Amino acid sequence: MENLVSLGIRSIFIDNMIFAYFLGMCSYLAVSKTVKTSMGLGLAVIFVLTLTVPINYLVYTYFLKEGALTWLSADLAGLDLTFIQLMVFIAVIASFVQLTEMAVEKISPALYASLGIFLPLIAVNCSILGGALFMVQRNFSTLAEATVYGFSSGIGWLLAVVLFAAIRERLKYSNVPKPLKGLGLAFIIVGLMSFAFQTFLGIAL
Amino acid sequence: MSTETAVVIEKKEREPLFSKKNRKLLVDPIDSDNPITVQVLGICSALAVTVQTWPSIVMSIGVIFVAAFSNLIISLLRNTIPPRIRIIVQLVVVSLFVQIVSEILKAYIYDIYLELSVFIGLIITNCIIMGRLEAFALANKPWPSFLDGIGNGLGYGAILIAVGLIREYFGTGGTLFSGTPIEFTMFTFPSVGIMAMPAGACIIVGLLIWAQRARNGYAEESN
Repeated sequence: MENLVSLGIRSIFIDNMIFAYFLGMCSYLAVSKTVKTSMGLGLAVIFVLTLTVPINYLVYTYFLKEGALTWLSADLAGLDLTFIQLMVFIAVIASFVQLTEMAVEKISPALYASLGIFLPLIAVNCSILGGALFMVQRNFSTLAEATVYGFSSGIGWLLAVVLFAAIRERLKYSNVPKPLKGLGLAFIIVGLMSFAFQTFLGIAL
Repeated sequence: MSTETAVVIEKKEREPLFSKKNRKLLVDPIDSDNPITVQVLGICSALAVTVQTWPSIVMSIGVIFVAAFSNLIISLLRNTIPPRIRIIVQLVVVSLFVQIVSEILKAYIYDIYLELSVFIGLIITNCIIMGRLEAFALANKPWPSFLDGIGNGLGYGAILIAVGLIREYFGTGGTLFSGTPIEFTMFTFPSVGIMAMPAGACIIVGLLIWAQRARNGYAEESN
């Protein structure tokens, strides 16, 4: 339990998807013009990460990893399918996103109206695939760890995007050199925020 | 993802392979229509892999390869893909090429493969690839699409290598040629820690965008 909590805090603040790895930057820059839209995409990211990381964890542990197929038959113990890992992960993510979109549209039109436009964007958001790949790289030993990792990385992403959107809303009223306006300044701000987040490195967990 | 309108090439009887239009496809993305600084695509990896120059170069070559060939394949298939599932089809084609790149790197330059770690896999979701597939390859013939892929890959690489050189030099004092006979040092100074950190990458890219836009006279109207 204790290590799950510390893993959660770690993934929100220290290994933040945006400030430490720059995953999902494209949609991060695109939706962060207002707090409202950034909140919508942030929630969608949390939702998709919380579910796809564990699904990909199961797929990886029971199908792809070397010797993962032993539960099927002992002959397959030497089989290592990791070379199709990327294709499998992205297929899982894309089909999951498509399914969720259809389900949400059917079950809750209100939620679909607020979240729906962001869902297709998510399939190509690097943070989702990045979550799956980091899951493999870090060798999580239980499903619970993978789930906590997915969920708290999503929260970290939401935190980053909402903070940034709030700053950008204020920036509209400031007098910035013309060529720096927009993208250039956005980058410098992300840099400074990332610098600020480095201070969390000092937390001992 | 920016909504760049696709340039539709009209049908012609016979066009020379490197006609003026095709050359434009190849050269434009390097500066005036750069995928990173103008189209705002593929930022994640541009920031994450540029601590040193070599990994940036390897990454650029990977992206050029994937962009060119997935553009080519999607352009060949463009009339047969049902629009509703096109994203999944695109992702599968792209992931095939990324997997090829990943296996090649793993086999021949394992240490750089380890350094790039997940970012090779993340070429799949690099918006440059998807963006060009959507904006260009779905509407154009194979050869122009192929050139467009190479051009955008080169534009991406140019920024990546520039950032890599700057960060490596100021962050660790090294250059691309460190450890080789042609090593050179202009002047020595204490290395700047922030350049090696993620924050440095953002600031460098921001400044590059500023410089480029000031030179090209491009400005965004609103925030």
